[in-house]
Amino acid sequence: MLKVTDLQVTVDNQPILKGLDLSVGAGEVHAIMGPNGSGKSSLAHVLAGREGYQVTGGEVCFDGQDLLALDVEERARRGLFLALQYPVELPGVSTMVFLRESLNAVRAQRGEPPLDAAAFIKLLREKARLVELNPELLKRAVNTGFSGGEKKRSEILQMALLEPKLAVLDETDSGLDIDALRIVADGVNALRSPQRSMILVTHYQRLLDYIEPDFVHVLAGGRIVRSGDKSLALELERRGYGWIAGEAAA
Amino acid sequence: MSSNSSEVSALIRREYEQGFVTDIPTESLPPGLDEQVVRAISAKKSEPDWLLEWRLEAFRYWSQQREPQWAAVHHAPIDYQAISYYSAPKSRPGPKSLDEVDPKLLETYEKLGIPLAEQKMLAGVAVDAVFDSVSVATTFKEKLAEAGVIFSSISEAVREHPELVRQHLGSVVSYRDNFFASLNAAVFSDGTFVYIPKGVRCPMELSTYFRINSANTGQFERTLIVADEASYVSYLEGCTAPMRDENQLHAAVVELVALEDARIKYSTVQNWYPGDEQGRGGIYNFVTKRGECRGARSHISWTQVETGSAITWKYPSCILRGDDSVGEFYSVAVTRGRQQADTGTKMIHMGRNTRSTIVSKGISAGQGSNAYRGLVRMTPKAENARNHTQCDSLLIGDRCAAHTFPYIEVRNPTAKVEHEATTSKIGDDQLFYCRSRGLSEENAVSMIVNGFCKEVFKELPMEFAAEAQKLLSVSLEGAVG
Repeated sequence: MLKVTDLQVTVDNQPILKGLDLSVGAGEVHAIMGPNGSGKSSLAHVLAGREGYQVTGGEVCFDGQDLLALDVEERARRGLFLALQYPVELPGVSTMVFLRESLNAVRAQRGEPPLDAAAFIKLLREKARLVELNPELLKRAVNTGFSGGEKKRSEILQMALLEPKLAVLDETDSGLDIDALRIVADGVNALRSPQRSMILVTHYQRLLDYIEPDFVHVLAGGRIVRSGDKSLALELERRGYGWIAGEAAA
Repeated sequence: MSSNSSEVSALIRREYEQGFVTDIPTESLPPGLDEQVVRAISAKKSEPDWLLEWRLEAFRYWSQQREPQWAAVHHAPIDYQAISYYSAPKSRPGPKSLDEVDPKLLETYEKLGIPLAEQKMLAGVAVDAVFDSVSVATTFKEKLAEAGVIFSSISEAVREHPELVRQHLGSVVSYRDNFFASLNAAVFSDGTFVYIPKGVRCPMELSTYFRINSANTGQFERTLIVADEASYVSYLEGCTAPMRDENQLHAAVVELVALEDARIKYSTVQNWYPGDEQGRGGIYNFVTKRGECRGARSHISWTQVETGSAITWKYPSCILRGDDSVGEFYSVAVTRGRQQADTGTKMIHMGRNTRSTIVSKGISAGQGSNAYRGLVRMTPKAENARNHTQCDSLLIGDRCAAHTFPYIEVRNPTAKVEHEATTSKIGDDQLFYCRSRGLSEENAVSMIVNGFCKEVFKELPMEFAAEAQKLLSVSLEGAVG
């Protein structure tokens, strides 16, 4: 599904990723952990195509295509989804209209006809139940006046609606209380499927109590320094990042 | 984003779809302005003496005035002697039925999306079509007459209803009001007249479609709408012009009179040719619009969507004379390329318990400059008057400008005035968010801009709200560089 080879990225000439390798197969869930400033969020944004990151080397192959050659919207239409750590407010833009335009853009790429209003609303209500999001919120402007937890649930709702092949969740657990975390995790788990891969970017092991990853990677100093299964996350929780960073430096 | 400048300019060139010229024989006065020209215009219309006298007084007054310099706009001096003050398609004056209208004119309006022919007329909307200096057709006149509504060109109204016109013409905007209003009073060639009798709710939307076609011609039309006691009318105007390299002057005057319990809703979708990306050509839109809430509990509401013109200079205003009267101003003004706009409103509170609302949304893109200028005046007699002003600016790109000049004068201690203003920029993070959901950049900009303008669009008559939205997205195509 996704193959990242020797990816090197700079921001304002500062190297952020220094030769990162990552391979995600279909249906797999990978957790990427690491200390603050290790480049976790940068990786998520580079995959989505955000400006401001200069790719200075390496390759990213997504579903058989050269991902780095595609515009942001092209990546989204071809099935890459990024759930943001800080979802953006769009005052005055109706959530319904935004989601429908978005879904129809993705459907057009898949060769499917646009959904009419009635069919769309039916689908949206169904998906909103999945993340226990109050349907009244969908009548408001995008993310405007949403609480932190509502914003995160809205991101998962969008993921459910767009049915991506690869979902990248950037610190989706940050700022959530335990109930909100459970709801978000249940939503994510419901969307796990043999066709859908996921990358969970997270600082804490806590999220992994609810979403069990197939693989755990530790990102430090712009590289993946260690990979393992779920037990690696537990070990990190116990010992902190210091011991790995120390090993990486050695 | 990464679109290079040639792509952007291609988009801008493609944008103005109404830029064609109709090839039709015209009868024009030679360029220049003196008393003879004023007399000639009046004679062409076989006007009564009182009107000629009024024009001449206005002309003499104008001759002693200087062009105002206070607006935040810049342009080369206008040579008033280089403009032709009258141009009309050669055909029998004042066609009585649509069969007599030159088919080329009907075709022109059809191309602009305003079919005038009986079988194609827009249902529920009566149209007065003004081409250069004259009204060429007015639809649904008979149907309106059944309700007692007078809807005609102002030239015809001068002939058919001289007492009504004489009573109200210049009663809201005097010929001494300002430089361009004086000029208009001297040389106005046509325009629309509307009278709604007592207690009548006008059965359809009324509209005037202004088209400037001839080169080197100014358009000076005058609209007068009188709503008698407890009547209601909704009126809409639209405007377009061919693409030409010279600037053309459009100096109109609109007067609204609302008597007791009457309500007038006046909407404008202005799309004059804005000039090219270097700032060559385009219309100078210097317009005086004012309504007077003369009677108690009367209500005047202005809604404008200004996307065209090289320079827009207009302040649709309300004089709230009647007790408990209400004035409203809802505006979206877009400037891009080298467009300049200095627009806003004046709310003059004179009666008790008068209320006014101002919602202004300015959008600047490219190298556009957008100024909001508004006056709220509470006179000593305006007991318990209220005003709420909301003035928002949205910037797209980093070469545009937005300015706000609010003037507030309060001479009554019971008055309440509120002013809110914001300036925002379409953020990279907003665009990224939309694009990461599969939306194109242009779609994202249009969505954000339409969201910004929502409060104003909801005030437009339904038939035109969709058109305004479309116009806005076309107007901003390629605006993000």
